[in-house]
Amino acid sequence: MNLSDHLPAFLVMIPLLGAFLTPFAGSFNRGTRNAFFVTFSGLTLLTAIALCLSTLNGDVLVYVMGGESFALTLPSGMTYPVRILFEIDAFGSLPILCIAIASFAGALFSLDYMDRFSGWKRFLALYFLMTAGALGMCATGDMFNFFVFVEISSIASFGLVAFWRDKPEAVEASFKYMLISQIAAMLLLLAIGTLYGRYDAVNMAALSAMAGSGTLERVAMGLIIAVLAFKCGSFPMHTWMPDTYAEAPSGVTCLLVTVSQASFYGLVRVCYSIFPGLAAGGVVAWMLIALGVMSMFFGVLMAVVQHEIKRLMGYHSISQVGYMLLAMGVGLLALGSPEAVETYGRAAIRGGIFHSVNYSFYKALLFLCAGSLYYATGTRDLDKMGGLARSMPWTAGMFVVAAAAISGLPPFNGFVSKWMIYESSFAVHPILPAVAMITSVLTLASFVKVFQAAFLGPAKAKFVAVREVPYGMLAGMAVLTVMTLLLSLFPGWFTSGFFESAVNALVNHQSYVRAVMGGM
Amino acid sequence: MTASIAEKMDWLGNASYVVVALLVIMALYTIITQKNLLKICVALAVLGSSVNLFLVLLGYRDGGSIPIYHMKGAGDLMVLPTPQCLTLTAIVIALATTALMLSLIILIHKHYGTLDIDEIRRLRG
Repeated sequence: MNLSDHLPAFLVMIPLLGAFLTPFAGSFNRGTRNAFFVTFSGLTLLTAIALCLSTLNGDVLVYVMGGESFALTLPSGMTYPVRILFEIDAFGSLPILCIAIASFAGALFSLDYMDRFSGWKRFLALYFLMTAGALGMCATGDMFNFFVFVEISSIASFGLVAFWRDKPEAVEASFKYMLISQIAAMLLLLAIGTLYGRYDAVNMAALSAMAGSGTLERVAMGLIIAVLAFKCGSFPMHTWMPDTYAEAPSGVTCLLVTVSQASFYGLVRVCYSIFPGLAAGGVVAWMLIALGVMSMFFGVLMAVVQHEIKRLMGYHSISQVGYMLLAMGVGLLALGSPEAVETYGRAAIRGGIFHSVNYSFYKALLFLCAGSLYYATGTRDLDKMGGLARSMPWTAGMFVVAAAAISGLPPFNGFVSKWMIYESSFAVHPILPAVAMITSVLTLASFVKVFQAAFLGPAKAKFVAVREVPYGMLAGMAVLTVMTLLLSLFPGWFTSGFFESAVNALVNHQSYVRAVMGGM
Repeated sequence: MTASIAEKMDWLGNASYVVVALLVIMALYTIITQKNLLKICVALAVLGSSVNLFLVLLGYRDGGSIPIYHMKGAGDLMVLPTPQCLTLTAIVIALATTALMLSLIILIHKHYGTLDIDEIRRLRG
């Protein structure tokens, strides 16, 4: 038995084990509890790194649950897979890595951030469940299993958003999120049922191999895309995003950002790998582009008028998701013709993937910085802060890195990925990069405002006692800062090493199908 | 099976899908129009149940027995087991969400003193 063959199972097993061991570990003292939290998040991170490295050369990892053998996708005599299986390719391993890193950083941050509060057992269990759900969404190769993981991560996040249940706003945000999320989940289940009724299969690769282009497929695909666009916070269904992001504890928001990336992963997977024949080159691609442009523009417009730091960042999340949807829509439009794929399609997909990885790191970092400010000052209102750069130099420094990255200032990673998106969307229509650039300028303006309001200016009398936040919180932020800086310093290396094989995995959906269905 | 019986079965089969569609539409309509959190919660439960009904219907075969080999009796015809597994999972999930939603409603009632969604709106702008 080779341990590395079982990595896909460990990926979900470790956080789940962490969640279910919590009732025992949670009753220990502070030191044991912290060690438990960090150990399990760290183990998850190590598994994710190992998985990511083993898919780099284009391999597709397949793991079958409950079969005679974990590598046997088609049981003897069967023409399509009947068991639950995990399927991880080069594209799927990127969100997995982002989730694991954000989960680790959020765990380090929460050690001190949540130390003042009671209810640690519940916090730990829900945190691990949410990590497991998000990782499972990216790892699974089965539509129904995807629904189950969506629900695991959603239910855990409802609990975590309302963790400070004595705050009315937190409960209200959680309820809002839960209501629309549950409607969406039921519609997703309806779509999965429709696909099952049509093809007798819920396996993604099997569906992809059989998918035709009838009305039922269109309805099911439309429903799934609408649901996942909602879950990743796209424009017309975005209202839950600023509420939940603002009201959740910051370590949780950091993880919520990457959970929305898992939904984005599902959206891309459905469009590119399951229904490429239906989605490529047509209405769906334009729909994604339209959603992307609207999310970008309206998200940033609503962000500039905000005075509450986390709410402002929540609106920026909508606009950042818009960039990714735009890039993926352009890539999908190009997927219709081989020449277009070579001229601008690959660049668009590469830009979209790069941006989604960047977004996971700098956005999570921004939320952690906002959490630090809240921890130190006790307020989230920008008008009441001021002059904090003197007393909180490390937080200020890391905030500058994240703000420069999200605004797309040249040496930083946000610039590289945004530039790829500008270039490739220009080939479709010049108005697309124009809107994207205006959005970028407004983002910069907004973050200059935040930096100026929170960190610069004269020191305020009521903040004389404010000190730099504890080391645990700084460590959590440092993990994400290091990732952002690495992506900024070596964009070429990451592109050729990681993103190129992810682009290949998306452009050639046959490799995803073949890993399960054999030589079809 | 002769053609006429098959047609009749077809009509009956479709009738039950119409029921599912009606339930889904009713639930969505209630969620959109009602102002009371509890009514919304009930409508959400109806939505979940109608989707579960849809899944069970997908696996139904006329005259089929339970899909367990040593208990199925004489005939070879069994209903499909997969939708039943899916439904069981979905029911458990729906139970968890309904319970969580009700507990959130209790908290909201404690904080706001009302269940009217028009009065619960601190998160604006």
